[in-house]
Amino acid sequence: MNPLLEVSGVSKRFGPTVALNNVSLAVAPGRVLALIGENGAGKSTLLKTLSGAHFADSGQMNLDGKPYHPSNPIDARDNGVAIVYQELTLAPDLSVEDNILLGQQGTGAGTLLRGKQRDKVVEVLNRVGLGQLSPQARTGDQSIATQQLIEVARALISDAKIILFDEPTSSLPAADVNRLFEIIDSLRERGLAIVYISHFLEEVRRVADDYAVLRDGHSVGCGELSAVSDDQIISLMVGRDVDDLFPSVPHEIGDVRLEVEDLTANPMPQRIKLSVRRGEILGIAGLVGAGRTELLRCLFALEPTYGGHVRLDGKRLPHNVRGRRKAGFGLLSEDRKTEGLAQNLSITENLAMGNHDRYSSAGWLNLGERLRDAKRWIEKVEIKAQHPGQVVAELSGGNQQKVAIARLLAQDAEIYLLDEPTKGIDVGTKAEIYRIMGDLAAQGKTVIFVSSYLPELLAVCDSIGVMTRGRLVETRPAAQWNEEDLMNAALAAVDDST
Amino acid sequence: MILKSLLKIVKHGPTLALFAIILFFTIADYLHGSGNFFSARNARVIMNSAALVAVPALGMTMIIIAGGIDLSAGTAITLCGTAIAVAFRDHTYPSTEPGAATWIAIALLIGLLAGLACGLINGLIISVTEMVPFIVTLGTMTIFLGIGLVIAGESGVVSEKVTAMDDGTSVSHLPDWLRSLCYTGSNTDQYWFPFLPVPSSVLIAILLGGIVAAIMHFTVFGRNIVAIGSSPSTARLCGIRVGWTRLWVYVVSGIFVAVGALLYFANVKGANPSEGTGKELEIIAAVVLGGGSLSGGRGSVFGTIIGALIIKTIASGCTLLEIPNTYTYIIIGGIIIVAVLIDGLRNGAPKWLFDRIR
Repeated sequence: MNPLLEVSGVSKRFGPTVALNNVSLAVAPGRVLALIGENGAGKSTLLKTLSGAHFADSGQMNLDGKPYHPSNPIDARDNGVAIVYQELTLAPDLSVEDNILLGQQGTGAGTLLRGKQRDKVVEVLNRVGLGQLSPQARTGDQSIATQQLIEVARALISDAKIILFDEPTSSLPAADVNRLFEIIDSLRERGLAIVYISHFLEEVRRVADDYAVLRDGHSVGCGELSAVSDDQIISLMVGRDVDDLFPSVPHEIGDVRLEVEDLTANPMPQRIKLSVRRGEILGIAGLVGAGRTELLRCLFALEPTYGGHVRLDGKRLPHNVRGRRKAGFGLLSEDRKTEGLAQNLSITENLAMGNHDRYSSAGWLNLGERLRDAKRWIEKVEIKAQHPGQVVAELSGGNQQKVAIARLLAQDAEIYLLDEPTKGIDVGTKAEIYRIMGDLAAQGKTVIFVSSYLPELLAVCDSIGVMTRGRLVETRPAAQWNEEDLMNAALAAVDDST
Repeated sequence: MILKSLLKIVKHGPTLALFAIILFFTIADYLHGSGNFFSARNARVIMNSAALVAVPALGMTMIIIAGGIDLSAGTAITLCGTAIAVAFRDHTYPSTEPGAATWIAIALLIGLLAGLACGLINGLIISVTEMVPFIVTLGTMTIFLGIGLVIAGESGVVSEKVTAMDDGTSVSHLPDWLRSLCYTGSNTDQYWFPFLPVPSSVLIAILLGGIVAAIMHFTVFGRNIVAIGSSPSTARLCGIRVGWTRLWVYVVSGIFVAVGALLYFANVKGANPSEGTGKELEIIAAVVLGGGSLSGGRGSVFGTIIGALIIKTIASGCTLLEIPNTYTYIIIGGIIIVAVLIDGLRNGAPKWLFDRIR
């Protein structure tokens, strides 16, 4: 069978990072292709290139035998390529009908001609199994699962030949997942081509015919799913060689410092129990959406919790950010752009934020002292900047991350909660951040290190815990883990839903 | 040194715009007007009316840097002014009588407390309920107007009362220092410093401006204001008490509302609660013209004062050129939009334009 969509040798770089490197794949009509890969492997970039949100730097894409290079999402839609995003893109206040027709309303002299299109709307709603839903219902009142199907309906009404699903089940309860799969089955029977991104291998097995694996922006394998085992797919996903990019700093592990008992929040994390020692680096592995970020935020008291407690050196801590900071907690936010740093303020200002008490008496600042301190940190963690007054937004991602880390160091924190500290930064800076973490442990500090990049967890951490769907399912010394086991534990579905 | 500070002014867009506007009206007035625009007296008039805007705008600058807005500033000023005016109307002696000083102090204290109360109400609602400042102050704007009308008895309040003394002279109930706060005439004895014939209101605005600038630059409170305006979530992450800081910003700005009210009162020797509507927009415009960003984190005291001068220079120039008031509104409105547009262009906005250039 001739492929409907054929991608060959597509590359895409963002500044110094190569997101896609010579990627090739093919989707045939009436088949479902599962696009598999770790976080950051380039799946989303590829999807965005296919849907016109990004423009490929090089390479060839063919749709129905004709060259296909969409310049924007509308262009892609007109060519019959539709995408259903992980996060819903519906306008909650509009009716179901208006959402389905959004951007492609039939108009006459500028006024909406709803009547003409209603039959079509009802038809696509039937096709996605929403025949009983009134087209006039408010979209925001529908369940997440229904909204997802409305998105599919929106793709169908534009006569899509190929529909791209970006991790559609990550926000769905299990019962609705099956309903979605039935819809996908029926779309396949009608001859549509489907690209389905998911982490969950059991889902992939249920819904897809073919697979393609991406790793670090490369295509590393593809073929029919029936011809390959789960273990083979996992080794394709993680098969990297760990080189000496991980400087290790010898450190000694002491007494238990931080104890967490039954920490629970809505919806995540769920009943977390852990203890971390002085001089210990505890890694937390898991998939995006497994509740790792939520765990750190609850530990830092940024989010409300509904049960459990946190002890430091045996003392129970009150649940507020200022209290946690005073007790020596420091959180490095995963979201550098909007939370980790104030992008339009200077390096000095960012370093001093929340640490101003160190340079002031009776509320008045010692600006000279503040500047000297900023210069000291810039030198110490080797931030590449023109001057301390430079606006943070002008720095590279790696240097921004160093500013955020330096702020924790300036705070002289005891417990470091690091959420994806190496996300989106270059290899060299990553190595420096590992070294800083090792130094901290050697000084007797405690580090909790959340990461999606397994090699760094295995190389840097003393012990690693795995989270799945809000639970901390298993913690072992790092030496007793390997990448396959970590991946298996992270992918394991949690059966009991209590 | 002089060259360096000169260069700084050239780089400061609002100051440059002010010079351009002064130059424009000087030439226009020379060609078509009475030739009175570029005179010491007119400069005093402009500076005085700018000071009336600038003082409350100092508080607004802090609020806007903190990422907020205060639509109630205008009616809060007239509420405070009305409170002061009523106090003077009902309770003061001739200002030379013994005991008058106490009454004067009480009247001023009432004004100050009214300003603080307005700020406290705004600040409490905003920080406790976490509602949008725009909506909250839109509500309190009307509430303050209503309270002002209740106090004033739904009409203007005239406080300039004169009592005939036994020796045949007549003495005002308002003390001389208050009467001369906004004096712009040529009698140098009416100024605080006879060798420096600048209205006292202007000196007050400059003094307060210096204080606010110092607070913003040299105190933890000031830097926390910038932090919460730039990125509230980062501030929260750093343990800054966001709600608490917001509350205090509104309370402090209440002081400037009260002082502004005192100046308005001194200017017209009375108060009319319904005149406050619209003043808040002039105040916000001064902040924005001076480089303040309504998305928070940006703004400067110096810029705000220049912004107030720009608005009042245009108003004065238009008056002297006998351009009707109606057109003055159109001109000032246009200048505000153009100023913010230019500021945006310097910062890479609008996005579609810069995307295309690249």
